[in-house]
Amino acid sequence: MANVKPRVKVPKTASKGEIITLKTLISHEMESGQRKDKEGKPIPRQILHTFTCAFNGQDVFSCDMEPSISANPYLEFDAKVEESGTFVFTWLDDDGSTYTAESKVAVS
Amino acid sequence: MTVTRRQILAFGAATAAVTLVGIPVSKVLAAAPEMDAKIKEFTGGATPGEGKLTLTAPEIAENGNTVPISVSVDSPMTAEDHVVAVMVLAEGNPSPGVATFHFTPLSGKAEASTRIRLAKTQNVVAVARMSDGSVYMAASEVKVTIGGCGG
Repeated sequence: MANVKPRVKVPKTASKGEIITLKTLISHEMESGQRKDKEGKPIPRQILHTFTCAFNGQDVFSCDMEPSISANPYLEFDAKVEESGTFVFTWLDDDGSTYTAESKVAVS
Repeated sequence: MTVTRRQILAFGAATAAVTLVGIPVSKVLAAAPEMDAKIKEFTGGATPGEGKLTLTAPEIAENGNTVPISVSVDSPMTAEDHVVAVMVLAEGNPSPGVATFHFTPLSGKAEASTRIRLAKTQNVVAVARMSDGSVYMAASEVKVTIGGCGG
């Protein structure tokens, strides 16, 4: 799907053991499979079905999404950071595509 | 004593507030067999308790295409005692499943927010599963002005 653009908001710095809030937004139609086109034919489902967030290779949070998630899915969740590192965000599309975003955080 | 218009309105608002708080979970379950099956699969048959889990949803959603919801579970989130997953369901949607959030001790807090579609006025239900196998449930009614599942 064209024009899928992930956006993430992660604090650049944090103190050791701090719980930080992460926000993600990705532009995606999230076609539910319930809608019909002008000729009355159903539009096939195409959504992002899975979201994962990992920090330095360890799973932090993930979400299974179903057609009831709004277009341009927004997710807000938390993570506890003990060391500096990189968050990797991954979205999996029904059509097999994978979208990723990365964000570094420096822990002092 | 004369009853003023203002007093009547205040009384009405207070009564409305009382009736809105707390929907009995058992009543919600009986209404939607498909949702009930999904909950059983998620909980592994454990009887859900109440409390600990908070589901925040608007009382009235003007646009069912994007309804902000958030879940939060009271948990220390340590390796021994944490929230494994929270499932969100909408009983009145064509398919009741909405999302399942999976947490780990690295999450720090068992809190998540997203935006969902609601086809019509209905109950939104959240079920949380803890690392010790216990289950908690919460429900909230959302009145939807314009449904959000296409047509």
